[in-house]
Amino acid sequence: MTRITELPTDEVVLPGNRACAGCGIGIGLRAVTKALEGRLVLVNPASCLTVLGGMFPTSSVAVPWVNVAFPSTAAAAAGLAAGLRATGRADEMTVLAMAGDGGTSDIGIQALSGAAERNDDFIYVCYDNEAYMNTGTQRSGLTPRGARTTTTWTGKRENPKDVPRIMEAHGIPYLASTSAVFPTDVYDKVVKARSIEGLRYIHMSTPCPSGWQFDPKDTVTIGQLAVETGLVALYEVEDGAFRLTGRSASLARSGKRKPVADYIRMQGRFKGMAEEDIAAVQAWVDQRWAGYIARHEASAGESTGA
Amino acid sequence: MSHAKTRVMTGNEAAAHAARLARVQVVAAYPITPQSPVVETLSEWVESGELPAEFVTVESEHSALTVCITASTVGARTFTATSANGLAYMTEQVWWAAGARLPIVMGIANRAMAAPWSVLNDQQDSMSVRDAGWVQLYCRNNQEILDTLVQAYRIAESLYVPVMVCYDGFLLSHTMMPVELPDPDTVDAFLPPYHPLTVVDPDDPRNIGPVTLADPRPDAEGVARNGYMEFRALHHRALLGALETIERVDAEYGAATGRTWGGLLWEHRLDDADVVLIAAGSLGTQLTVAADELRDEGMNVGVLGIRSYRPFPAVAARDALDGRSLALVFDKALSYGHEGPICSDIRSALQSRTGAPVVYGAICGLGGRDVSPADLADATRRAVADRAAGIVDREPDWINLHLEEDAR
Repeated sequence: MTRITELPTDEVVLPGNRACAGCGIGIGLRAVTKALEGRLVLVNPASCLTVLGGMFPTSSVAVPWVNVAFPSTAAAAAGLAAGLRATGRADEMTVLAMAGDGGTSDIGIQALSGAAERNDDFIYVCYDNEAYMNTGTQRSGLTPRGARTTTTWTGKRENPKDVPRIMEAHGIPYLASTSAVFPTDVYDKVVKARSIEGLRYIHMSTPCPSGWQFDPKDTVTIGQLAVETGLVALYEVEDGAFRLTGRSASLARSGKRKPVADYIRMQGRFKGMAEEDIAAVQAWVDQRWAGYIARHEASAGESTGA
Repeated sequence: MSHAKTRVMTGNEAAAHAARLARVQVVAAYPITPQSPVVETLSEWVESGELPAEFVTVESEHSALTVCITASTVGARTFTATSANGLAYMTEQVWWAAGARLPIVMGIANRAMAAPWSVLNDQQDSMSVRDAGWVQLYCRNNQEILDTLVQAYRIAESLYVPVMVCYDGFLLSHTMMPVELPDPDTVDAFLPPYHPLTVVDPDDPRNIGPVTLADPRPDAEGVARNGYMEFRALHHRALLGALETIERVDAEYGAATGRTWGGLLWEHRLDDADVVLIAAGSLGTQLTVAADELRDEGMNVGVLGIRSYRPFPAVAARDALDGRSLALVFDKALSYGHEGPICSDIRSALQSRTGAPVVYGAICGLGGRDVSPADLADATRRAVADRAAGIVDREPDWINLHLEEDAR
């Protein structure tokens, strides 16, 4: 695993952009673009990332950046890949699609599913800040149970979709779940994805101070807690083999997962969440975590021939 | 030395041949009746290696046009085709393609909009996106489909605007006609390779299509750059410029192949006509039959065909109609609560013009309702009688409508 001091020092994410203070996206974007050494074309639908990228005639990220319509991200990436192949330029850059949780799990899922079934050649990063933050914190298919948004005033009643599992069901060659607050985990996964052909899907948690209602200085703490409670798991699935990585892999070894209440109580969006609802989230996380452990151990068993 | 070959083929096949002759590099399409055979044919040619292109079998029309948008952004010549609800489903991207100034060419096998479902022809689908900033050309026959699609790439790539080539579903898309295939060298000489305006290069990074504010803003060097409205004004200028480009490209195509299609407008026995029948697409051909019949009866009837609906050739239409007694506009589409779209545009072109004819509208052929030259001749006789009776404002004449007066 790459150490933080070993990350390339070249930056394409320039200092000064329009993202909110403490936004997790910038941390993740830096790790992703470092892993691609800046040799990429970024496909971006309407989202918080668009805000970070800057308005005409300025740009805060020194890579080719193609803005696309909200539902179209994966098809747009497929078109870029096809166009680059058709014009003999496919080796010049990696096509990187980067959309939010709403753009991925809701309005963009049809195009994404089509591209995954065709195994189109690009990396898709869903940065997950768990609601439509750019339009003012409306609930998305990835908003967690209990979170208050501007369309779930008393707290969302449903658990979020499991998009990585949806993507895995397409049989794509590589998928990973990661968190922007673990930049080396992001970096290593994108480096690995870069050398694989076909559709590579990376789900990246990006804590959002304004939408989750926490102090911008706590972005990393909150993001780490999400992983330490098992709400977010760091893992990858390569050719069907599931493997926990980084902090999640150490949690699997130690068994010392923190209670989700520790994470929930730090955020204004969960204010007033009933104990039984917190318990329901805990039970949901426990069940999911048990599934991760079972798959992690099964793959480890296979790889050691046990 | 030309090696043109003539074959009997459907309009859809003619469209596929045009895309191949244009050496399209990326094709993306989703099946819909009556467009499907175009993309089936192209897919077969790509699989067999006859057409060296990428074929992306997308999961929707929205994605079909999306793939063309980004492939065109990196400099590939692109083609797609659709009909009716497929066009409606991609409408967001119809606007995007135009605003992004990408020279995409799209075939439209015109079909009625649901609900209720109809797979048959009218022109409501493409008329409904007339304001999106594409050039729209309407074809009369399969040869014109092929020739217009090849011309469309020249028009699109000279002006950086997308072009829709519209042809009537089933009436043309599935009807066999002899079509002369120009020799590939002739097309290559006519149609140089596409050079994109957009730069997609990690060594020269650009933010393509970002949020643009209402007013001009300074860039990093302090130079004022366009606001949204300036970009839109430039787009409008490009569409107006297409009035000249469409004429020129048609003439140059004529010099290369021996065939021209009238540029913006075409006419039939118009010289001394007192009554002018107007339509777009294959309906125009039927009007020529009706006009000939009426001429035999001694009426001075001619036809003005709309080839370019956007840009609308208002000045040319005005000049063509000056001094006539009656213009009768047949629309296979309707702006509900008002009138046929071509009728409105003809009225606006003639607005406040002394010596302009009285304009009547007629609605016909919706959802594939059959309309014969005899029906069109009858409608013309009714209109001529109304005109003789001094009627200036007249409700559109619905041809072959079978509806009781009190039906709801």
